[in-house]
Amino acid sequence: MLYREAGQFKTSYQADAAIFPLRQDRIGIGVIVFIAIVVIPLFGSNFLLSSVMIPILVSALSAIALNILTGYTGLISLGTAGFMGVGAYACYKLTSIFPGINIIVHIVLSGFFAAAVGVLFGLPSLRIKGFYLAVATLAAQFFLSWCFIRIPWLYNYNASGAIQVPTRTFFDVPITGPNASAMARYFVVLGFVIVMTWLASNIVHGRIGRMWMAVRDMDIAAELIGIKLYQTKLLAFAVSSFYCGVAGALMVFLWLGASEADSFNINQSFLILFMVIIGGLGSLVGSFFGAAFIWGLPILLRVLPEYVGLTINSATVEHLQFMVVGALIIFFLIVEPHGLARLWQIAKQKLRVWPFPY
Amino acid sequence: MDLLYNIFIDPFVQMVQLPDLFVQTLWEGLVSGVLYALIALGFVLIFKASGVFNFAQGIMVVFAALTLIGLYTLLRGWGVRPGDLAAFLALGLTIGVMFVLAFGVERLMLRPLVNQPDIILFMATFGLTYFLIGLGELVFGGEPKVMIAEDLYLPKGSLDFKILGGLVSLQKIDIAAAVIASVMVATLAVFFQKTRIGRALRAVADSHKAALSVGISLEQIWVIVWFAAGIVALATGIMWGARSNVSFALQIIALKALPVLILGGFTSIPGAIVGGVIIGVGEKIGEFYWGPLLGSGIESWLAYFIALIFLLFRPQGLFGDKIIERI
Repeated sequence: MLYREAGQFKTSYQADAAIFPLRQDRIGIGVIVFIAIVVIPLFGSNFLLSSVMIPILVSALSAIALNILTGYTGLISLGTAGFMGVGAYACYKLTSIFPGINIIVHIVLSGFFAAAVGVLFGLPSLRIKGFYLAVATLAAQFFLSWCFIRIPWLYNYNASGAIQVPTRTFFDVPITGPNASAMARYFVVLGFVIVMTWLASNIVHGRIGRMWMAVRDMDIAAELIGIKLYQTKLLAFAVSSFYCGVAGALMVFLWLGASEADSFNINQSFLILFMVIIGGLGSLVGSFFGAAFIWGLPILLRVLPEYVGLTINSATVEHLQFMVVGALIIFFLIVEPHGLARLWQIAKQKLRVWPFPY
Repeated sequence: MDLLYNIFIDPFVQMVQLPDLFVQTLWEGLVSGVLYALIALGFVLIFKASGVFNFAQGIMVVFAALTLIGLYTLLRGWGVRPGDLAAFLALGLTIGVMFVLAFGVERLMLRPLVNQPDIILFMATFGLTYFLIGLGELVFGGEPKVMIAEDLYLPKGSLDFKILGGLVSLQKIDIAAAVIASVMVATLAVFFQKTRIGRALRAVADSHKAALSVGISLEQIWVIVWFAAGIVALATGIMWGARSNVSFALQIIALKALPVLILGGFTSIPGAIVGGVIIGVGEKIGEFYWGPLLGSGIESWLAYFIALIFLLFRPQGLFGDKIIERI
């Protein structure tokens, strides 16, 4: 009853091809954006903004990046963190060479650097498939990590080997560096995430997205119906790496404030892969679910024992956390291998027929 | 010009001028290659029989080694003296633990996930990795431990050879590792080729459905391969542990086994060995002779690049089954 499409007629091709064909969806997305833009900054504490929302949004963006490559095009990549690092270091170099240009421009430009590197490491994807490709992308991960440590030019010959984010302003409001308020950083990240999610949604629902999905489902068949495999796969690598690069730049400049090569190690890549799998392969909304789940779970596990009244020492908690996260991942994959996005679909279907069982 | 000289001529001149150093590097590469191959062997066993890309092999190595040390300390605490073969008792018990682990994995993880896409199973082994890291640290503590190499009668010390006008020194433990690895591979090869269970394993590897239809129990086979991988992990853990300490950092070496795997092919046991040796030797020689040119530490990615170059010519690895794609 609540979620019914009855009576909503589509009178043009445009309406038929719309991403949110139902009124309820449009209202829902409007409410979510309203909450994100107005309600959370109004009522959220600094902790919520800088330690929960910004990490979730940045992770969601990188999950979208990996989802484009793995979920939509079917190319498994374990080099996500490496490409994020390229974005972060490119942004750092750009803003130290051209401090006069706005940081927002630099963040977008650094995405293009990451895209170029991504295409380079995507070249083997035409010949190598499946897990072989996954391991091949590890080459990118380890090579790039090595570069971040061994090429001092990248971090301006700092003695510490880490990059410190300088203060940069946007319309005279500091948005990066130590003086930036959590609110300002949150708005910049949110802006990026909204615009880039909108763009990604348009790409994957259009011709390019269909090409990607055809390649994912069976690449030989896709080739036979006239899709150029090489260009399609490289385009997926380019777009995905662009998103990675922007997410990496946002991560260092607006979230962490400082970073070293270790922020972009292999574990980060795996974490993002988790988000994509738990959220749902080939689903943009799933990327957000996955990011929220992976960030929410440790917080929940830390809070829950205290709430029940158990006192366990912190080292044990950490070990238990590992065990519980591991067990939950397996549990989740068994219960719903298609991820949280699929649960969301089931919930929508239930709402559609509610209060009747079917 | 100078750079070209440094890349293409100087390393080879060095190799010829100091042949003993070259042999030493070659040997070290060979040994680390054998150890990579042992980890890769665990991967191959499981991939062959169940199509699961088992990321947890690395942590299984650490877990097995820690269990062995933990049980040994426990037995010693109960008053079993080293002369009473406490170490071998612990070894037997550890094998038992690995069997329980294999059984649990099959029952709780693989069986409910049967017929899922490969990537889902891959992620599930990731969950297993996290679980085992947490469990291991909870039970055994996070600090590095010393492997009980002497109580297991593993040799120590080194053999020195005077050849090629210099001194080449071989650690005895490395020789033992190479011997054990060869024995293990030979045993596995015989097991796969000659026994009834081995034939069933190969049948399952070929096609799950066909194997099921002729009455092979998939559940049993999976327990057996995970158990076999557990024993391989235990052997690897003892060998790695005897060379350096046993710590959770060791699971990182599992990532080094991945280029070995793709180089040799996911489905080939000899491929794991040959791949391991190529990667090990290539890595050590590359680091030693070409590393200084690029700044050191190229070991971390060189292996992947070597594997990548081979893959461009043979996308299924050196010994992998030919990939035939149909519409």
